[in-house]
Amino acid sequence: MNQDSLRIALESLPFLLQGAWFTIVLSLGGMFFGLLLGFALALMRLSQLAILRGVSRVYVSFFRGTPLLVQLFLIYYGLPSIGLELSPLTAALIGFSLNMAAYACEILRAAIGSIDRGQWEAAASIGMTRAQTLRRTILPQAARTALPPLGNSFISLVKDTALAATIQVPELFRQAQLVTARTFEIFAMYLSAALIYWVLASLLAYVQNRLERRVNRHDLEPKQ
Amino acid sequence: MIVVEHLTKRFNDTPVLDNIDLTVSEGEVVAIIGPSGSGKTTFLRCLNLLETPSAGTIQVGGVTIDANRAIAKQQAQVRQLRQQVGFVFQNFNLFPHRTALENVIEGPVVVKKMPVAQAQALGRSLLAKVGLAGKEDAYPRRLSGGQQQRVAIARALAMEPQVILFDEPTSALDPELVGEVLATIRSLAEEKRTMVIVTHEMSFARDVANRVVFFDKGKIVEQGDPAVVFAAPQHERTRQFLGKFLAQS
Repeated sequence: MNQDSLRIALESLPFLLQGAWFTIVLSLGGMFFGLLLGFALALMRLSQLAILRGVSRVYVSFFRGTPLLVQLFLIYYGLPSIGLELSPLTAALIGFSLNMAAYACEILRAAIGSIDRGQWEAAASIGMTRAQTLRRTILPQAARTALPPLGNSFISLVKDTALAATIQVPELFRQAQLVTARTFEIFAMYLSAALIYWVLASLLAYVQNRLERRVNRHDLEPKQ
Repeated sequence: MIVVEHLTKRFNDTPVLDNIDLTVSEGEVVAIIGPSGSGKTTFLRCLNLLETPSAGTIQVGGVTIDANRAIAKQQAQVRQLRQQVGFVFQNFNLFPHRTALENVIEGPVVVKKMPVAQAQALGRSLLAKVGLAGKEDAYPRRLSGGQQQRVAIARALAMEPQVILFDEPTSALDPELVGEVLATIRSLAEEKRTMVIVTHEMSFARDVANRVVFFDKGKIVEQGDPAVVFAAPQHERTRQFLGKFLAQS
């Protein structure tokens, strides 16, 4: 790298940041909708109805058992053949959400399952309903078990959004490719992109850390 | 206050409780004793439907559960019954993410929809009653086992139950902490609260209970005034069980 490389990298920065904006939108959208759907799937898994448990199980099995790249192609290039044309951004958002949901479901299901049966019983013994128990007793405790693996999945998602480049979403990696094609500053451009991903993932890790400390506060308070 | 008729519980096909009848009147303290595996804890858990009975009826106050019909269709009654029945667990089962006071007010606020300020006043007075004034803001893991169990008792009291069930409330405690929990239960007995206590503390059962019920192999073998049952058990099985205890005292 020489001074020219540095200059070109700096000049391309606004262009890369435009891409980073799409990366952020895809990441946050995927987390939000993935968590929402994943939670619904986890509740289905806890259901008394075998059909709901079955649907959830097959869903998770499919989305964890097939490559994310293939899922994105299926949605963006495949769905038009059955009459459903989606914009690249929408297709990517749906793909990341559906995929994240499978992982979120497994994480939440395991976290809920790890809570001692006595907690359900204690809540039942004071007359709480199943829904009240879940909301007030089980989930706050499951959250501390679920946060570290959820954080891992979210950070993976930030990096996986680079796959959206393959279905025409002008996100960070694709922008870096475009600048590279024009300037041939291969190393400088991909290094810049990598650094921006790193910053985004670090921010997320910071938020995760704060949240973990928050849900663990009853463990950390000083001894009385 | 409690009327249990023909209560039967089978795990798979193994009978654990065999056609139990038991009546507890208001203000009565009943101690249930018996060897491990005799069904006494299962019986207690059936009383507030933590275990689903296979057959029989359970009546507490004005609520009746008929185990001969599907329990799933009687969920409203089950919740109503549980609000009238306090339960104290062997392992306390406090909510670890809530302070002592939050544990106590959870039922009144969430289930009874009591205003938080009113529930807090109630909670503070109950914690004071079990000797834990000043520990309102402590999380369970900062409390000793005996203190945790007393918070659990306050949590049960907060629902103003008609009956309190104790499932071996001192079995998980270090020996030096047993006394403080027994003293708390004893003071509740002095208030003429209706209580059913499954316990291995024989001298406590003898001193505090109005009636002692001896379970063996899923049946009530013998019951009566503790002074009589402990002094002169009628059944061979009761004699065997109490023999070791009687030899000590």
